[in-house]
Amino acid sequence: MVQFTLNGAVVALEVPDEASLLQALRGPGGLSGPRFGCGNELCGCCMVLVEGVPRYACTLGAGAVAGLAVVTVEGLGTPEAPHPLQAAFLAEQAGQCGYCLSGILVSAAALLERDRSPDEDAIRAALEPHLCRCGSHNRIIRAIQGATT
Amino acid sequence: MSHGFGAALKVEDGKPRLPGNLHTNRRLSQWLAIHPDGRVTITPGKVELGQGILTTLSQIAADELDVDFARVTARPAATPDSPDEAVTSGSLSTQDSGSALRHVCAAARMIFLGVVAQRVGVPLETIRIEDGRFIGPAGEIGSYWALADQALLECEAPIAVTAKAPGARRIAGTSVPRIDLPDKVFGAARYVHDLRLPGMLHARVVRPPARGAALAALREGPLPGDARLVRDGNFLAVLASTEWDAEAAAARLAARAEWAATDTLPEQALLAGWLRAAATRGERSAVASRADPAPAAARALRPSFTRPYLAHGSIAPSCAVARWEGDGVEVFTHSQGPYNLRADLAKALKCPPEKIVVRHREGAGCYGHNGADDVALDAVLVARAAPGVPVRLLWSRMEELGWSPVSPAMLVDIEADLDAAGNLAGWRSHIVSNGHSSRPGRGAEPTLLSAALLAEPFAVKPSINPPMAAGGGAPRNGVPFYRIPALTVETTRLLEMPIRTSALRGLGATLNVWSIESVLDEAAALAGVDPVEYRLRHLDDPRAIAVLERAAAMAGWAGRSRREGWGMGVGVARYKNSGAWAAVVAEVEARERILCRRLWIAGDVGEVVNPDGVMNQYEGGAIHGTSVALLEQVAFDRRTVTSDTWESYPILRFSEVPKVQVELIDRPEQPFLGSGEASMAPTIAAIAGAITEALGIRPRALPFTPDNLAKAEA
Repeated sequence: MVQFTLNGAVVALEVPDEASLLQALRGPGGLSGPRFGCGNELCGCCMVLVEGVPRYACTLGAGAVAGLAVVTVEGLGTPEAPHPLQAAFLAEQAGQCGYCLSGILVSAAALLERDRSPDEDAIRAALEPHLCRCGSHNRIIRAIQGATT
Repeated sequence: MSHGFGAALKVEDGKPRLPGNLHTNRRLSQWLAIHPDGRVTITPGKVELGQGILTTLSQIAADELDVDFARVTARPAATPDSPDEAVTSGSLSTQDSGSALRHVCAAARMIFLGVVAQRVGVPLETIRIEDGRFIGPAGEIGSYWALADQALLECEAPIAVTAKAPGARRIAGTSVPRIDLPDKVFGAARYVHDLRLPGMLHARVVRPPARGAALAALREGPLPGDARLVRDGNFLAVLASTEWDAEAAAARLAARAEWAATDTLPEQALLAGWLRAAATRGERSAVASRADPAPAAARALRPSFTRPYLAHGSIAPSCAVARWEGDGVEVFTHSQGPYNLRADLAKALKCPPEKIVVRHREGAGCYGHNGADDVALDAVLVARAAPGVPVRLLWSRMEELGWSPVSPAMLVDIEADLDAAGNLAGWRSHIVSNGHSSRPGRGAEPTLLSAALLAEPFAVKPSINPPMAAGGGAPRNGVPFYRIPALTVETTRLLEMPIRTSALRGLGATLNVWSIESVLDEAAALAGVDPVEYRLRHLDDPRAIAVLERAAAMAGWAGRSRREGWGMGVGVARYKNSGAWAAVVAEVEARERILCRRLWIAGDVGEVVNPDGVMNQYEGGAIHGTSVALLEQVAFDRRTVTSDTWESYPILRFSEVPKVQVELIDRPEQPFLGSGEASMAPTIAAIAGAITEALGIRPRALPFTPDNLAKAEA
C-alpha cells in the first residue's frame, strides 16, 4: 500500500514494492495518460510530475512517491477546463498518433512553471527526453510558445 | 476478398466499376448508417494510425450528405461487418475509402431526397439540405433523421451518382480539427493499450536470444504471484493477474530457459557484399525498359548506393487483447488490416476465419508493418490458456525494436549515360533487396512472427514485393520520372531472408529517390548547370515542375549565398510515380556530424480534403526522413538484432529537428492522392545534396553518419 496525492486527491494504492509508479498509476490508479514506451528512461512517454519535477514513472518505484504529490496529464486539465497547454496543443493540432503527448505535456507544464516565457532553445532542451516518431516536434514547440502568450 | 494493394490495382470481376473499395464492398449499408437521433455513422474498413484518416473520411461524408461535421462519427473497423478494405497502407486511404464514401453518401443523399420528393410531391431538384433537414419550395419537408430507415441503404450502390461539384464543397477542403486529438491531449483511454476488460489478465512473451533458436531446456522453479507459464513449442509466455507479476515472471523464465542457437545472420560490416552474393541466388526481373533513339554517350556515371535495414520505431510497443469463448476468439488490435490479420490468425490456429472476430483499436503510429499483427497472434495463443478471460499482451521495447519486421537493406547499381551536352541519354539500374512485404493475409501460410515458433511450426517465406501496378516494393520509384530516352531498370528479390522484412513508409523509395536524385546532382555538376535547372530540363510533368519551382522559391534557392560548412540540396519525386508529388529543399550544417537545420517542402495531393492534415503528414514524413538520413540503422550480430533500445537505435530528438515549412498546391478538380509517404524520400535526397554542397562529397551509403561519409567519394 502506498499513499500519495494524485492529481490533487489523496489516494492509497494497493501495490507491492516491486511495482513501478507507472504500473501503479495504470493499474490500481485507473489512469491511461501515463504511457509505457520503453521502460528505461529513453522515450518520456511515462513522464509524470513528482513534487512538480518531471520523473520517469517507468523506473521509479511506486513506494518512492509515498507522501508526495504526483501530477499526470489528467491532472493538468479537462476538456471542460483545459490547461493552457492542452488548449494550445489542440489549437496548433500538435500531434499525430499522440502517444508521446501525455509525457510531453507534463514536461512542458513543468517548464512553464519555472520559466513563464521560454525561448525555443529552452523548449527544445526541456523536451529532449521525449521522443516523437510522427514528426510533430515543430507544432509542439509552437503550441508551447502559444501557451505562454 | 480484396488483394490489399489498393484500388489502383483493379479487381477484374466483370462488375460495373464503382469508386475505390466500393467496387469490392458494394452495399451502401456496409459504409453508412443514419440514425433517428440525428447522428450519422460511417464504417470504413480503413483504420486510424494517427494519420487523421477518420477525420478526413468524416469530412467527406458530412459534405456529401450536407450535415454538420459534428453529427458524423466513424466506427473503428471490425470483422465481419466492416467493408474489407484490406490494409491501411500505401497512402491509399483517401483514394480507396474516401472516393467510396463520397459515392456512398452522394447515393444516400439521392435516395433519401427521392423518397421525400415523391412523398411530398415536389421535384427533387427543388429540395435543398441544411444540416440534414430537407427544405422544399414551401419550407421544411423532412430530414434524414425523420426518415432514418436503414432499409433504404440495404442496396448495392447505384452506378450513376453525382457527387458535389468542387466549388460546392463546404467541409471537405477545410482544416477541420482532428477528431481523435482531444482524447490524446487529455490522456483519455484511446489506445488498445488502454483497454480494461473485466477480469483481464496480463501476458508477456519470452523471446529466444537468437533467430531460429530452439528451446533446449527450461529449468523448473516458482513464479511470482499467480503467474503461470504458457508454452507451445518455442513460443514461451507468461500470464498473470498484474503487470508486475507478468514482467517479473518473464524475467525469471528468461533466466531459466536454455536455447540451442546457431549463427544465421550475415556480418553487419559486410552487408553490402552479402547483398551482392545473395543477389546471384535471387529472383531477377525487369521493372521497366524503353529504347527510344538516344544521342551518343559522351561519358557515363556508375555509382552504387546502399541502405541498411531500418526499424519502424513505433513509440508504443505493440499490444493486443484477446478473449476465447468456446472455439472462437475475439481480438482487439492496432493491425493495419483486420481482415488480412484474421486470415493469418485462422491459418495459424487451423480454424475457419469466421471463428475469429478482429476489432481495430488505435495504437501508436506504425509507419508500416510493425509488430501489430504479430502481437495479436501472441495474445491469441496465450489467451487460449485462459478460456473466457480477456488477456492483454504487451510487447517490450526490445521486442518492438528487435523482433518487429524491418525494412530491408538495399543496394542499387546505376549506370547513367550523358550526351555531349551533359544531358541524360541512357539509364541502367539494378536494385537488390529482400521483398518489402510480409504482411499477413496474402500467402498460403501465416506470416505472423510466432507462427514459426509453434510446436507445429509454419515455414518463414521470403518477403514479396507488391506488383509494379500497385507501386512496387523494392523498385518503388526506381524508374526515374525524368526524360531519358533509353532506360532499363531491373530488380533482384532475395530468396534468403536472415532478418524478417516488411513494409516501412516509402518501401524502396527511400533508396531509389535518393540514388536517382544524387545522379541528377552529379550530372548537373558535370554539365555546370544548377541542380534545379538541370532537373527542369529533364521534366515534362507540369505538376512535378510546379512543386519543384515552388520549393525552390520558398527556400530562396536561386539567390542563396554560400556559407562555410553549410549547404543546400534539392529532391523531388512523385510517390510511386502515380501518387502525390513532393519537392524538398534541405539546408544542413556540417559539424562533427551532419545536422539538418531547415526544410522547405512543396506538395501536390490533388484535391486536398484537410489542408492542415496534409501539411502535418508532409512535415512528419520529412522529419522521419531526416532521422533515417542522419541516424538510423538496424544493428545485428550473427544471431540477432542488437539495436533493441533507443540508445542502440537512436532517432531524431527535439534538439536536432529541422524547422519545416510546407506549402500545398491545391487542385480541387483533381482526384485526391494520399500524403503520408510523399515527402520522406525526397527529404533524404535533398539532405544528401546539401551534404555535397557543404562538404564536396557525395554520400553513397545511408545513414549519412561520419563513418559512412568518410567513405564517400569526392
